[in-house]
Amino acid sequence: MPHPQRAKGLFWRLGIALPLLAVALSGCKQPSGTTSGTAGGTTGAGTTGTGGTDTAAAANVDKAAPYQGDEIVLGEYGSLTGSTATFGQSTHNGIMMAVDEANTKDGVLGKKIRVVTVDDAGKTEQAATAVLKLINQNKVLAVLGEVASSRSLAAAPICQKAGVPMISPTSTNPKVTQVGDYIFRTCFIDPFQGTVMARFARQNLKATKAAVLTDVANDYSKGLTEFFIEEWKRSGGEIVAEASYSEGDKDFRAQLTRIKGTNPDVIYVPGYYTEVGNIAVQARSLGIKQVMMGGDGWDSPKLFEIGKQAVQGFYFSNHYSPQSKDPRVVAFIASYKKRYNNQTPDALAAVAYDAGRIMIDAIKRAGNTDREKIRDAIATTKSFPGVTGNISIDQERNAVKPAVVLQVKGNEAVYVSTVNP
Amino acid sequence: MEILQQIVNGLAQGSIYALIALGYTMVYGVLRLINFAHGDIYMLGAFGGFFAANWLGVTRRINEGGSANLVYTALIFLFSMLACAVAGMLMERLAYRPLRQAPRLTALITAIGISMLLEYGGQAVFTPDPQSFPALIPGTTLIDTPTFTLTLVQVAVVTVALALMLLLQFIVFKTPMGRAMRAVSLDRAAASLMGINTDVVIAFTFALGSALAAAAGILNSVYQPSIDPLMGVMAGLKAFVAAVLGGIGSIPGAVLGGLLLGFAETLVSATQYSQYRDAIAFAVLIGVLLLRPAGLLGRVTAEKV
Repeated sequence: MPHPQRAKGLFWRLGIALPLLAVALSGCKQPSGTTSGTAGGTTGAGTTGTGGTDTAAAANVDKAAPYQGDEIVLGEYGSLTGSTATFGQSTHNGIMMAVDEANTKDGVLGKKIRVVTVDDAGKTEQAATAVLKLINQNKVLAVLGEVASSRSLAAAPICQKAGVPMISPTSTNPKVTQVGDYIFRTCFIDPFQGTVMARFARQNLKATKAAVLTDVANDYSKGLTEFFIEEWKRSGGEIVAEASYSEGDKDFRAQLTRIKGTNPDVIYVPGYYTEVGNIAVQARSLGIKQVMMGGDGWDSPKLFEIGKQAVQGFYFSNHYSPQSKDPRVVAFIASYKKRYNNQTPDALAAVAYDAGRIMIDAIKRAGNTDREKIRDAIATTKSFPGVTGNISIDQERNAVKPAVVLQVKGNEAVYVSTVNP
Repeated sequence: MEILQQIVNGLAQGSIYALIALGYTMVYGVLRLINFAHGDIYMLGAFGGFFAANWLGVTRRINEGGSANLVYTALIFLFSMLACAVAGMLMERLAYRPLRQAPRLTALITAIGISMLLEYGGQAVFTPDPQSFPALIPGTTLIDTPTFTLTLVQVAVVTVALALMLLLQFIVFKTPMGRAMRAVSLDRAAASLMGINTDVVIAFTFALGSALAAAAGILNSVYQPSIDPLMGVMAGLKAFVAAVLGGIGSIPGAVLGGLLLGFAETLVSATQYSQYRDAIAFAVLIGVLLLRPAGLLGRVTAEKV
C-alpha cells in the first residue's frame, strides 16, 4: 500500500491551483455552453471568435473576374444541416421563393436567375470555404448569407476582397457590415432593439421607471441595454436599478429582490430565453408582478416551456410577426404556405425573402452585371417595400426598418405593434 | 426587510451548495481525491428526477394544471438518489479503483476526464437544449408582504437539505459503516489491517455522496426550473470551493462553507456590483485560505515521512 499522506503537500497545492485555473477558464467558456444553437444565431450570440480563420482564408483571395454567362448565378451559403439547421432551411426557402417569383416574371436583365447553395453545416470555418467555392468555382455574381453573425464574419472578408457583393439577411452584430463596402444586411442591428423597446414602453405602456437586468457575459445583451437606457433617459424616464447576471446562471433572486425594492414600472431583460424563463419564474415567486420586456433572444418555444405562467403578458421585440395584418405580409404568408406544405414562415424566412428581392432589385437597377454597380445599387436602396417593413440601406450598409413588438399569450407571441426607426 | 429576503435567498442557495460540497468532502476524506465529476453527478440527479417525473406521469399532470403529489415527489427523489448512488459506485469501480495504486495526479486527471465524459455525453444523450423541470413542490406562497415573500419551495429546499445533512451525520457517527468510513479516512492501511473492507467503504462513500448530489440536483431544479447537461459545471465548482472554504475532509466544514458561499454570493448580487459576484466569492476563498490554509474547520495534519 502506498503511504496515503506522502504526496499531500504537493497535492494540496495542485488541488487548489487546478480548480482556480478551471474557474478562470470556465469564465470564458461558459457562455457558449448552455444556449448554443437556436435563437443565439440570429441575435449574434456566437459573434466572438472570428479572429484567425477569416483573415487567413481571405489572404489569398483574388479579385473575381468580371461576370459572364447566359444566366444570373447567385450564391447562397447557410446551415442547411447541423445544430442551427432550421435557420439555414428557413433562409433557403425565403431566398428560393424570391428568386422563383422573379423568374416567373422573366428574371432580371432578361436572364433567368439560378441559385447555387452550399451547406456550411453551421460551422464557421466551413462558411469561409463555402464562399470561396461559390466565388472561385461557381463564379457567382453575388452572395446571399449567413444567418449567424459569426459565420457571416468569417465569409465577409472573402467577398470583400473578391469584390463580390454580399447581403446577409439576418446577422445582427454591428461588426458584420464593418468588414467593407461590399457587405450589406437586411435586418436591423442589435442596438436598435433596445431603442425600440424603450420607445414602446414609454409611449404604449406609459412607464416612467425602468429596471434593467443585463447578461454581462453577452455583447448582444449589453448592446441592447446600452441603447435602451440611452433612449429611456432621453425621453425623460428614470432608470431605478441596473443589475446584471452571466449567461448560465440559475439563481437570480438576489438581483430580483433588489429590483423589487426599487419598485419599477417595467423590467428590461434583454437576455436569452433560458435565463429569461428562469428569471420570470423566480420573479413571480418573489412577488414581482411588473411586466418584463426583451429582444429577439426571447424568440423560442423554450421560453414558454420554462417560463409557463410566469412569462404571460411579457413583451419582446422581433423582426416580423406572421400575425401582422399588413397586406404584404398576408400575401407573403399565403404564397409561402402554398409553396412549402402549409408551413408558417418564421422571421428568418421573411427576412431572407426580402434579402433575395433586394438583391434582384439592385441587379435590375444596376442595369448590367458589373459588380461595382450592383454594390452601389444595393447601397442606394431606399424604402424598399419588404414583408418585414420598408427597408432602406444606410451609410453603414445596415438596414433601417421597423421592428415589431410581440406579447406572450399562452404558448404564442402575439403581434402588438410596429415601431418605426 | 429587504435584507431578510436576501437572507432567505442566501440560505436556500447555500443549502444546495452545502449538499453538493458534502460529496466532495467525504470522497476527499477517504481517498484524498478531488472527484471533479461530482458536479456532473448533480446534473445526472436533476435529469434522473426529470425522467422519473415523466415516467410517473407527474410532469403531464402538472402541465395540465394539477399539483404535485407528495408521495410521487418522494418517489422521484428516491429513484434519482438511488440511480446516482449506482452511478457513483460505477464511476469509482471503473475509473478510480484501478488507479488506487497510481500516483494521485493520475486519479485527479481521470476525474477531470470523467467529468467531461458526463458533460459532453450528456449533451449527446439529453441534447444541449435546456429542459423545463416540473414543479415537484407546489409554488404556494406562505408569507406575502410587499417586502418579504416566503414560498413553500424555499422552505422545502432548506428543510430537505437540513434533514439529509442530519441523516448523514447519523450515518457517519452512529452506524458501523460510518465508523468504518471514519477509520478509513484516518488511516486506510491501518483500517485495512483491522479487518475493514476498504473497497466496500470507499464504494459506499461514493454512493452516499452521489445520492446527496442527486437530491441537490432535484432541489435546485425545482427552485430554478431549467436543466441542461452543463448545469453541473459551475455548481460543482462552487460546491468544491465551499468544501475547501470549510476545510476539505470536514463534514460540518462543507455545510458551513456552502452556507457562507451562498450568503456571500447573494449579498454581492444584491448590490449594484452583481457582475463581480464570482470574483468576490473567490476572493473570499483566497482570503480564508491565506489566514487558515486548512479551511475554516479543517485540521492541519503534520506530514508523515
